[in-house]
Amino acid sequence: MTSPLQQKLKIHGPTVVTANRLSDGVSVWLTPTYEWSERIADAAVATTSEQALDLLNRANGDENRAVGAYAAAAVLGADGKPAPANLRERIRVNGPTVSLDSAA
Amino acid sequence: MYVYDEFDRTFLQERVREFRDQVERRLSGELNEEEFKPLRLMNGVYLQLHAYMLRIAIPYGTLSAPQMRVLAHVARRYDKGYGHFTTRQNIQFNWIKLAELPDAMDDLAKAGMHGLQTSGNCIRNTTTDQWAGATPEEIEDPRLYAELIRQWSTLHPEFTYLPRKFKIAITAAKHDRAAIRVHDIGLRLHKKDGETGFEVIVGGGLGRTPFIGKTIREFLPKRDLLSYLEAILRTYNSGGRRDNIYKARIKIQVHEIGTEEFTRRVEEEWVQIKDGALALDDAAIDTIRDHFQTPDFEILPEQSPELAESLAKDREFARWHANSVNAHKVAGHAIVTISLKPVGKPPGDATAEQMDAIADLSERYGYGEIRVAHEQNLTLPHVRQKDLYALWQQLSAQGLATPNVGLVTDIIACPGLDYCALANTRSIPLAQRITERFADNDRIADVGRMHINISGCINACGHHHVGHIGILGVEKKDQEFYQITLGGKANHKARLGELLGPAVSESEVVDVVERIVDTYLHLRHDKSESFISVVQRLGIEPFKERAYVAG
Repeated sequence: MTSPLQQKLKIHGPTVVTANRLSDGVSVWLTPTYEWSERIADAAVATTSEQALDLLNRANGDENRAVGAYAAAAVLGADGKPAPANLRERIRVNGPTVSLDSAA
Repeated sequence: MYVYDEFDRTFLQERVREFRDQVERRLSGELNEEEFKPLRLMNGVYLQLHAYMLRIAIPYGTLSAPQMRVLAHVARRYDKGYGHFTTRQNIQFNWIKLAELPDAMDDLAKAGMHGLQTSGNCIRNTTTDQWAGATPEEIEDPRLYAELIRQWSTLHPEFTYLPRKFKIAITAAKHDRAAIRVHDIGLRLHKKDGETGFEVIVGGGLGRTPFIGKTIREFLPKRDLLSYLEAILRTYNSGGRRDNIYKARIKIQVHEIGTEEFTRRVEEEWVQIKDGALALDDAAIDTIRDHFQTPDFEILPEQSPELAESLAKDREFARWHANSVNAHKVAGHAIVTISLKPVGKPPGDATAEQMDAIADLSERYGYGEIRVAHEQNLTLPHVRQKDLYALWQQLSAQGLATPNVGLVTDIIACPGLDYCALANTRSIPLAQRITERFADNDRIADVGRMHINISGCINACGHHHVGHIGILGVEKKDQEFYQITLGGKANHKARLGELLGPAVSESEVVDVVERIVDTYLHLRHDKSESFISVVQRLGIEPFKERAYVAG
């Protein structure tokens, strides 16, 4: 869960590119058609550093729609769809582990 | 309450207009992210894991009832119905949309609120004792000086781009509730030969390199406050490191060149400016004092007979009173701490409904004044003793009367990995589990004073270094582990905690905390010997022996 801000682009398996949508900060993932989706399952999956770098460059060139793009490790489900590979990304996908209606 | 004048109101309105224009230009693509980021940070807007976060300044922790209602409105209209009070007496909202931020700021500005000095490498919102102006312990109201610092620092052209953020805290009581020794500058009002002045402490701070601040001047006359602060900031601004973000705080500069040399540089600078425009005279201080509206306190007997009767008849009220009510300097009044640490809930959070209720209660029973404490609780500083029972009943109905202030479940915790882009581990769920383990009010009262502080990363926003029990989250192979320190203190005898031993897993940490508490109960002479006293008497070894032994 090293902060993505400190990551170098060296991938070790399926990788997706994620960012926050400019207008509201919502977590989004870059799709194969270079659109942004709120669902990680829609994300383009890179399996080489070159592919990941290409996706990341695309994302960084689209900062009027999404900001703070970075490459995140993913795991592939039985259906081949990507899912988050670590706690940080699971929290970004699913929201805080503290339920919102439990605020004080 | 300090009442803003026309200058302040106009300035805030102009700032909102400016920010609205900046947001529009960013959304249209006219500004890129690199250009926009420093602009949003200057207005307290961060980007976190799930959304933008807006941090709103609450100068020296003082809020009026109408301001609290505006915070409730922002929570309801622009966020998800709640806000999070921080360790620097501010509030932050975690779900703000960039496109709606200008409207939110407009609403805030109408109540004299904003996000200035809550982010970026500037002089941040000055914090102070949440009991200021109410406690009989203080020699003077420190908020006057906090306000002077605000006016000096807000638009200071020289200090807008410091090497790093810069935090000042001030206290006027012997018991330090503002944690001044772990701030970049700590100021302690005290008397010498009949004159009131400041002890000036520099270079304290937590984060990855914690230091307790060093006293560079035992006594500074009040007239010299701003010129001396200016000399310190100039010494830091010109000599602080800008090559490495982790070495850029003033504490590193003081550490690297030594307290003596740092002091020499400050004094050398100060001699040049001490008699200039920043010298304060009584008239300047009186002008600030005139803008503070002091409550027109009701004349009441020293002890309220109604209170005595309620204490005798209601055990639960008596428990809350013993825990959450403190002496006031005006006869027949009391200071009330409202715990924002109910069992199983996120520390420091309040819902919009609770904020509205607190605003109403403060007007009904407390002259309309509310404070935020750095422990992430709220305070009603001026409550009539005769109204305490009614207040308690209404706080209870809102889930705001947990009798755990200063006890093991009064946990300070950062937002952690549930919200924060920098965090390595979660903090809030751990705090919730600890409060659930220690849910029994009799048990926590027996344990007595104990401060648990949790940080989800080394940046130490949960102040774990100065917790009696400090908990620091560390990540190992995508698993959450927690390092534990014992013996830290944030008060006038501030000290850093000592590492207990190896980090423990997320599943073990609550058990370890419980064994530490049980060890304390076993080792103490009697109930009058607090946890921190036992740690100081025996060191951490007896705790270490037992903490890691299960069963």
